[in-house]
Amino acid sequence: MTEIGIKSEPAAGFTLRQYLVCLYGVVWREALRFVHQRERFVSALVRPLVWLFIFAAGFRQVLGISIIPPYDTYVLYEVYITPGLMAMIQLFNGMQSSLSMVYDREMGNMRTMLVSPLPRWFVLTSKLAAGAAVSVLQVYAYLAIAWFWEIEPPTPLGYLTVLPALILVGLMLGALGMLLSSLIRQLENFAGVMNFVIFPMFFASSALYPLWRVQESSPLLYWVCQANPFTHAVELIRFSFYEKFDPLAFGVVFGCAVVFLGGAIVAYDPARGMLVRKGQ
Amino acid sequence: MQTEIKPQAAGARSGARNRRLTSRVRANRFAALAMTGVIPAAIFANCATPAAAFTAYVTNEKGDSVTVIDTDKMETTKTFPVGKRPRGIVVSKDGAEIFVCLGDDDAVAVIDTKTAKRTAKIASPDPEQLAQSPDGTRLYVANEDDNRVTIIDAQTHKTTTQIPVGVEPEGVAVSPDGKTVVSTSETTNMAHFIDPDAKKTVANVLVAARPRYAQFTPDGRELWVSSEVGGVVSVIDPDKHAVTGKITFDVPGLVNEHVQPVGIRFTKDGKTAFVALGPANRVAVVDVQSKKVQKLLLVGQRVWQLALTPDDKYLLAVNGVSNDVSFIDVAALKVVKSVQVGQLPWGVAMARQ
Repeated sequence: MTEIGIKSEPAAGFTLRQYLVCLYGVVWREALRFVHQRERFVSALVRPLVWLFIFAAGFRQVLGISIIPPYDTYVLYEVYITPGLMAMIQLFNGMQSSLSMVYDREMGNMRTMLVSPLPRWFVLTSKLAAGAAVSVLQVYAYLAIAWFWEIEPPTPLGYLTVLPALILVGLMLGALGMLLSSLIRQLENFAGVMNFVIFPMFFASSALYPLWRVQESSPLLYWVCQANPFTHAVELIRFSFYEKFDPLAFGVVFGCAVVFLGGAIVAYDPARGMLVRKGQ
Repeated sequence: MQTEIKPQAAGARSGARNRRLTSRVRANRFAALAMTGVIPAAIFANCATPAAAFTAYVTNEKGDSVTVIDTDKMETTKTFPVGKRPRGIVVSKDGAEIFVCLGDDDAVAVIDTKTAKRTAKIASPDPEQLAQSPDGTRLYVANEDDNRVTIIDAQTHKTTTQIPVGVEPEGVAVSPDGKTVVSTSETTNMAHFIDPDAKKTVANVLVAARPRYAQFTPDGRELWVSSEVGGVVSVIDPDKHAVTGKITFDVPGLVNEHVQPVGIRFTKDGKTAFVALGPANRVAVVDVQSKKVQKLLLVGQRVWQLALTPDDKYLLAVNGVSNDVSFIDVAALKVVKSVQVGQLPWGVAMARQ
C-alpha cells in the first residue's frame, strides 16, 4: 500500500536533507503545539491518574487472586491496570492527533501540509512519529508519578525495555487515528470517535481485567477482546514492562500499524482517497 | 500499591523514619538493578562458585506431603509423602533430619533429608506445632487435643516429659538462651511460660483471642504472640510476664475480621519483624523498635507460616488457600515470586543446604 502513495507523487530524487527539513518541520510544529497546550498535557496525565487512584481503589479487592504471565506473583489491581493506562494515554493521544488533523483540515493548515512536494507517505509518517513521540513522553510522565506509589517494573531495566513497545503502540494508535480522521468530516463528529472507537477499544480489552476473567463471564466477549488490537497493544506494553516479549502481541500490533498507516496514506491521497469520496 | 503505604504517609510523626525506610528501599533497588544487570553473567558464574543455596521444606496439610524448594532458583525440586495432616515442621540443627507434626497420625515424623524417607515416627497425640531447643537436643511439641506440651529427645526420639498447659495448645516458642519455652493455647487465650528444666509452667499471660504463634525477638527481650481472632500481636516482657504492647494491623479496603495474624519472623539483627495476616493475604512488615507497621506486602490467599533464609535474603510466606509459597525480597521489601506447592500448604522450615 505504501508503494501506491509513493507512485502517486511526482516526487523523486529528494535529498536526505530535504526529507529531514520536512520531518523537522512537522515534528517541531507538533512539539510546539504540545508545549503550548499545557492543559492537554495535564489532562493526558490526569485521566490515567484518576483511573489509577479512584477506579483502581474501588476495584482492588476484586482482583489479585491469580497469577498470570508476565507476573511472577500476585499483583495489586493498580499494578495490573498500569499497562492498560499507559496504552490508554497513547490511545487518547492517537485520537487527539486525529482530532488535530480534522482541525487542520477545517482551518486550512492541512493544505499547507499536503502540498508539500515530498511524498505523502513521508509527510504522514512524520506527523505520526511526532504524535507517537509526544505520547511516549506522556507515558513516562505518568510512570514517574506512579513510581511514588511503587507501581514500577520488577527492575528499572523495565523502563527501557518498554520503550520500543511504547513507540510501536504509539505509531499503531496514531495511524488508526489518522485513518479515522480521514473519515470524519467535521470537528463536532469527534464525539462519535469517542463513543465508537475509544470506549469500545478500551473496555473490550485486557486493560482493566485479565481476559480469563472475561472468558468466565462471556466467551463471546473474550473473542471480541482477542480480536481487538488494543488488547495486544496493552499486552505488548505489559510484557515489555516486565522485560519479557510477547510475540503474538508484537505481531498483531506491528501488523495493525502497517495496515492502518497504509490505509491512512490511501485515504489522504487526493486522487483516490476518502477526501475525494467525501467531496472535500 | 498506593494505599499500602498510606498508613505511614498518614502518620506524620513517623515521617522521618519513613523517609529513611524509603531511601533504604530505593538504595537497595539500585543495588538490585546492578544485580539484574549481571544476571546472565551470574548464571555462568554460578557454575564456578556455588552460591549459598538453601532448602525450604513446606508441609502440605491436605496433600499429606512435604514439598522441597530450592530458595536460590525459587523452584520446587520434589514433593514426597509424609503422613496424615502434616503441619508444624522444623529442621534439625545439623540439617540431617526434619521433624514434622502429623496431626491425624498422632505422631511426629522424622525424615532423613538426604533420602526424603521417613526414618522414625514418634508417637505424640495430635501434634500441631513444634520447636527445638537452641542446642538442638530437645523438641517441644504442642499436643492440641491433650492440652499438653511434650518434650522429645531429638537424638533418641523418646518422649521425656509432658507438661499440662491450657486448652488447645498450638504455638511453641523457645527463648534464644533455651531457658524458657512458651506455648500458646487457642481456647484458653494464654501464653504459658514453661521452665523446660524444672518441667513446669511458671507463668500464664492472658492475650487476645485465639493465640496461634509465639516468637522471641533475637535478643530474647520480647515475646511476640499473634492472636488470630483478636487480630493483634501482643508484645510480652518475658521477665515480668506482662503484656507491654499490642500491634494492630490496618489493611486498607479490608474488614478487620480478615486480619488474622499468625506467623511471625524476625530478621537476625532484630530490627524488622514479618507478620503473616492470614485471609488478609498480606505480610506486614513491622519495625521492631517502634512497633509500627511499615508496609503490607501482597501474597497469596490465607498466608499463615513464614520462614527466612539463613542469610535473611528472602522470606518465604506459605499461602494455604492458593497452594503456593511467596518469596519476599527482604532488602527491597518486595514480593518477587510465588511458587506452586502441594495442597493446602501450612508450615515451612529452612535448611542450610
